[in-house]
Amino acid sequence: MRDVAVIGIGCTEFGERWSTSFRDLFVTAGSLALEDAGISGEKIDALYVGNMSAGRFVEQEHIGALIADFAGLATNHIPSTRVEAACASGGLAFRQAVTAVASGMEDIVVAAGVEKMTDVGTGASVDMLAGAADREWEGFAGATFPGLYAMIANDYMHRYPLTREQLAMVAVKNHENGANNPIAQFRNRITIDTVLNSSMVADPLRLFDCSPITDGAAAVVVVPLERAREFTDSPVRVLASAQASDTIALHDRRDISTLDATVAAGRRAFARSGLTHKDVDLVEVHDCFTIAELCAIEDLGFCAKGEAGKLTADGATALNGDIPVNPSGGLKACGHPVGATGVKQICEVVAQLRGEAAGRQVDAEIGMTHNVGGTGATVVVHILGV
Amino acid sequence: MVGIYSYGVYIPRHRIKIPEIARVWGGNASDITRGLGVFEKSVPDLDEDTATISVEAARAALLRRAIDPEAIGAIYVGSESHPYAVKPTACTVGEAIGATPNMTAADYEFACKAGTAGLQTCMGLVKSGMIPLGIAIGADVAQGAPGDALEYTAAAGGAAFVIGEGDTIADINETCSYTTDTPDFWRREGQNYPRHGGRFTGDPGYFKHVEGAARQMFERMGTNPKDYDYAIFHQPNAKFPQRVAKTLGFTEEQIKPGLAVPRLGNTYSGSSMIGLAATLDVAKPGERIFVTSFGSGAGSDAFDITVTDLIESGVFDRAAAPTVEQLLANPIYLDYALYAKHKGKIVMQR
Repeated sequence: MRDVAVIGIGCTEFGERWSTSFRDLFVTAGSLALEDAGISGEKIDALYVGNMSAGRFVEQEHIGALIADFAGLATNHIPSTRVEAACASGGLAFRQAVTAVASGMEDIVVAAGVEKMTDVGTGASVDMLAGAADREWEGFAGATFPGLYAMIANDYMHRYPLTREQLAMVAVKNHENGANNPIAQFRNRITIDTVLNSSMVADPLRLFDCSPITDGAAAVVVVPLERAREFTDSPVRVLASAQASDTIALHDRRDISTLDATVAAGRRAFARSGLTHKDVDLVEVHDCFTIAELCAIEDLGFCAKGEAGKLTADGATALNGDIPVNPSGGLKACGHPVGATGVKQICEVVAQLRGEAAGRQVDAEIGMTHNVGGTGATVVVHILGV
Repeated sequence: MVGIYSYGVYIPRHRIKIPEIARVWGGNASDITRGLGVFEKSVPDLDEDTATISVEAARAALLRRAIDPEAIGAIYVGSESHPYAVKPTACTVGEAIGATPNMTAADYEFACKAGTAGLQTCMGLVKSGMIPLGIAIGADVAQGAPGDALEYTAAAGGAAFVIGEGDTIADINETCSYTTDTPDFWRREGQNYPRHGGRFTGDPGYFKHVEGAARQMFERMGTNPKDYDYAIFHQPNAKFPQRVAKTLGFTEEQIKPGLAVPRLGNTYSGSSMIGLAATLDVAKPGERIFVTSFGSGAGSDAFDITVTDLIESGVFDRAAAPTVEQLLANPIYLDYALYAKHKGKIVMQR
């Protein structure tokens, strides 16, 4: 296995990109990543693209070929593959790219993620996202994603001393971070009252506990570490890539407040990298809902179960805290174009490790990403370092 | 100069409170009223429709000023809810006010701005000398599907403006439009209720077009918001006109007299025209009014208007017909069941 490095990152602005098409989104992100890497398109050996549901969101399938074509690479006939693991599609596309390079099969590989979600109404979008859960046992019974995460939150709050205010602090902190992120959908600061006074979505989760519906794309370029210096003076190493699965339905879990796939992927990533939590300077976690960020912090092992709320309220996860969580603003403030989110997390960690994160910069040498599909049926964890 | 010769409004007396609609659909009433800035909306009576509302509004305009009906050379009724798909509402109005048969008439449709499109048409016909007077009406018994977001605001009402040249109560200094093909809100032939693109109706729809027309007007006239005493924008809810006013640089005070939506709801084609009428109800000679309508699909018409001395002269009698404020007073409240009956939402056996 070869060591792998990221040499280029690119991310579109996230938001309601009414005037930008699906293909324009990924072409923009891809161009930015290639420009950042200082390479031209014909150097690319392979493409992996994470996308959850273009077939339903924009009625376009065969995304791998589409991307290769509109990236101007159709006549190069490179392999281009769509990867799907619901909201973890992006993280998984990155993992596929890393695997391809590590194996020696390919040298210069682009991992991208894209989702165009605002061409359909909110109701349709919520239904499509419900496809990330068990359609027969959950979706057909009426469960939506906010509903499933509300069950997690209710169970969690029943068993652990989490207050409603502590939960709200996750969104407050992520909006604070997002305010300094030029790609973020929401760059406004909010207060605990903003969260507590927002519309109820699924008790106890209110509007400001939920990540929004978003259009966006992100792309990164990976190469063998031994070749990275040909392209850049500041390569970022992939220190670990881990993936885990769990039951697709929430009710089949051993413990619905613990994402065992996060626990498993996190442990594998630490074992493979030979690192511990103390070595990690920042982590981008999958905060599709505020409760999800707290579960992630605990399940990755940054604190004991039931303590993440207090940790957040005490400021330990803020930019200047002991373990900055979601310096990008996370899914809450950046928005959550489902297929793109996992790749955006990589872009954020790489930018942080290179010292290019401007107003949200963390002093960091090691960063971690955590991307979840569904309610935790797929989890992809990466550790990167300089 | 071409301008407004007279105007009249009609609003049905029945209302339903927004929390009553929220009660039926399980909505959070305070979130909805706060989010929309709308607290109640008008509901037509069992025998009221766009034709009756248009006739009442036109009659009110004629009550305010002695107008020879035979001088009316054109009637245009803009609406999304013409009672007939084929057979003009405008003919019914013409007949009812005695303007037939030596006149032209047509029904317009441009979502919520069809009435102001008729206003522009009348201006052109008057200005060219083809007709002495024309009437433009915007009226709707607005449609919103049961349970849809639109149902919280879709209301009933209309306004009629008689357009003439010379001896006007308000001069229309300029009009301009901003139009694109934008599918933010639509209703296909045969469908009972309109559909919409949710949040897409906001920035790419309403705000782009209203701001586009408004800024075009500022540029043409060399004006800015401070040059106007009042401003009226299309009112699908209270938040949209308040936000666009703020973006453009108008104050709350400038839009307040014309902001009828909190107690009226969205009368679609009637909305911005009723707002203009409410402003003319209180405006004084010499005051300047800025109006921008919006119709989905999408476009906006902007008007720069100056009130003349005639509005307070013996020629024109504002008190001869009810003001918007008077029409909004003393409502009869309906519960959802009676509202559903009034709106024809209960499907009867045939």
